[in-house]
Amino acid sequence: MTTHDTTIDPSIDPAGYHRGLIPEVVHHEPATKPVKFYQVGSFAVGNRLLPLEVRSVQSDPNRTNALTSGHRACQGCGEALGARYALDAAMHAADGKIVAVNATGCLEVFSTPYPETSWRVAWLHSLFGNAPAVASGVAAAYKAMGREDIRVVAQGGDGGTVDIGFGCLSGMFERNDDVLYICYDNEAYMNTGIQRSGATPPAARTATTQAVGDEPGNVFGQGKDLPRIAMAHEIPYVATASVADLRDLEAKVHRAMSMRGARYIHVMVPCPLGWGTAASDTLQIARLATQSGIFPVFEAEYGEVVASSPIRRQVPVEDYLKGQKRFAHLFKPKRRDDVIARMQAQADRNIRRYNLLPQGGSPDAPEATEGSL
Amino acid sequence: MRTQIEGSLAVAQAVAACRPQVICAYPISPQTHIVEGLSAIVKRGELPGCEYVNVESEFAAMSVAIGSSAAGARTYTATASQGLLFMVEAVYNASGLGLPIVMTVANRAIGAPINIWNDHTDAMSQRDSGWIQLYAETNQEAADLHVQAFRIAEELSLPVMVCMDGFILTHAVEEVDVPEADDVARFLPPFAPRQVLDPADPVSIGAMVGPEAFTEVRYLAHDRQMQALELIPQVAADFAEVFGRDSGGLVHPYLTEDAETIVIALGSVLGTIKDVVDERREKGEKIGVLGITSFRPFPLRAIEAAIGDAKRFVCLEKAFSVGIGGIVASHVRMAMSTHPIKNYTVVAGLGGRVILKTSLHEMLDKAVTDSLEALTFLDLDTDLVERELARTRADRRSGPAAENMLRDLGTVRAASV
Repeated sequence: MTTHDTTIDPSIDPAGYHRGLIPEVVHHEPATKPVKFYQVGSFAVGNRLLPLEVRSVQSDPNRTNALTSGHRACQGCGEALGARYALDAAMHAADGKIVAVNATGCLEVFSTPYPETSWRVAWLHSLFGNAPAVASGVAAAYKAMGREDIRVVAQGGDGGTVDIGFGCLSGMFERNDDVLYICYDNEAYMNTGIQRSGATPPAARTATTQAVGDEPGNVFGQGKDLPRIAMAHEIPYVATASVADLRDLEAKVHRAMSMRGARYIHVMVPCPLGWGTAASDTLQIARLATQSGIFPVFEAEYGEVVASSPIRRQVPVEDYLKGQKRFAHLFKPKRRDDVIARMQAQADRNIRRYNLLPQGGSPDAPEATEGSL
Repeated sequence: MRTQIEGSLAVAQAVAACRPQVICAYPISPQTHIVEGLSAIVKRGELPGCEYVNVESEFAAMSVAIGSSAAGARTYTATASQGLLFMVEAVYNASGLGLPIVMTVANRAIGAPINIWNDHTDAMSQRDSGWIQLYAETNQEAADLHVQAFRIAEELSLPVMVCMDGFILTHAVEEVDVPEADDVARFLPPFAPRQVLDPADPVSIGAMVGPEAFTEVRYLAHDRQMQALELIPQVAADFAEVFGRDSGGLVHPYLTEDAETIVIALGSVLGTIKDVVDERREKGEKIGVLGITSFRPFPLRAIEAAIGDAKRFVCLEKAFSVGIGGIVASHVRMAMSTHPIKNYTVVAGLGGRVILKTSLHEMLDKAVTDSLEALTFLDLDTDLVERELARTRADRRSGPAAENMLRDLGTVRAASV
């Protein structure tokens, strides 16, 4: 059953961590467990079927609407969706006492065109590359003023997080500053017109890794896996999440908010514009990413993986790739089985690394492409 | 209390007396002793309710300062030279957002070639950043200016840079009457921010502004600096009342009233210049000195008034704009635009080059007879320059100029060539 666990796990004591008493990491169940209603043959479960106390924050008519309507994101924007769920969940967890710090990027630009703002939380934007440090400053101020009831959430896209803001992020992690940083990863610089970032996957077409030449798209062997880098800092909490499973995202924000110290959530947010997908396919593409294993969904505490969300119906990576124009060159004019196989190998490595198929399974399983995704 | 103390430590104690709530620290010479001093003060528990954050870069230092100031905490940091340049994007952001951060800049040269010694190239590079810039002449003034800086910053919601000469002031031990917390409390009210992040009353700070209002936002930044022209002398007067000494203000004129020649400068070199002027006065020369304390805002009218009916001015500058020349001089010429007088730019003290009285006398001998070049580099080793120029003419691949010149001087051994 999905729960919003806002109590602090006594085994995870950030204060103890500060004292050097690194707690024993307790492996527990994923933040959400599947709710087994099969009326529609999927996990899509209406809130009306759930008891009141476990319904989503988003279903609450009194939710904050932290990122309220009227903003100027594109249709089907995964980032806008993820940010609304994440910040509403954070507001819920902190009893409305949130300050949000935003890196420059789509989320900042589409939410605050002068003289309007879509933010219904106290919100601060400084620069592209400094959101983690600005958030550290806000947290330090509240600590100094004895207002640690006010919690700090920082957010940015993958460019602001894995590239230009990386130094500040690592510093914030290393100092274990009391900040929840959320990266909305759409795998390129979308605000400036779809250029490659350190989070762009291999083979993907961007404006700076164009689909031309013998090896079109982004090269293999580059890029960084920020959730694992975050784990290497041994901070209290690192999680990945996806807009494909917004309940899981809410739960992870709640989990993170129940802790103190540096916490990091990396959310996959498809970008219809940059990925070349229909606005109506954002969630489906996100789900194919998790169900193929190309985007593993897991949680880690103090540097160790404690839970992962198993793949329910595995699909081949090809199913994920072929729906996106940024990978169209892998299918025509000439099918690139070699490249698709390398992408599949990455997914298979994720599946092994995070134990995403605890009962085994095969990408070629006949039921793999079935079901309501 | 009057005490023999290093300039950096005096500043650290003066800053501590202002009860900062967040201090962001990153080491860079010659600023480091200041944040080291504050570290000890906080660590000893003498500043309860102060968060001391050891950050990973100057860019982070200014960014942490932006966050903490926006959250309503009195915030301080310090930097110098390359560190100031590394944080430039955040420096502009802090002023654009109108955040009253106080930062010490322990003035130092900018590389390449890397050089840790004093000049004003670092702070001068930020003259258009929107920060108020105050330049200290002595360690006493450096300590006092920090106390005044918090008051000015918080009143106007603008950040203030207190510039003090690296090593010459930061590392000099001399007598300073360090402002004490009780006196500072009478002078500096608690920080009451004009804008603040408050979950109970949420606002968006740092929203995007397009062509429809950007000019107005920038104009208001200028307007606040113009307000600072009024406020800075008031704050200095209030300071004198509480602390019983003159510090700060816009300008420090010295023997200018009947002067035909006025030497203008910023910072610690004013002491040397005053000694030279005293010696020349003894010989009957009508010469005075004008120290500029507030470089931003630039006090055009106060400078015009101080120059008065002088026949000429000489700007002695520890920085220059490559490709044109004097920075301060061009400002002073603007002050004198309605009745221009002869003027000279003398670039001196770059990268820690000692400014000698004999050199100043030699230069002023030419200035007072109007035989000085409009742009002069004091004590320039022209032979050294000519040899390098000859090399570049003779050989396409003439090599790195700095190393060549050190070899000429014998600092780098020539054996390998």
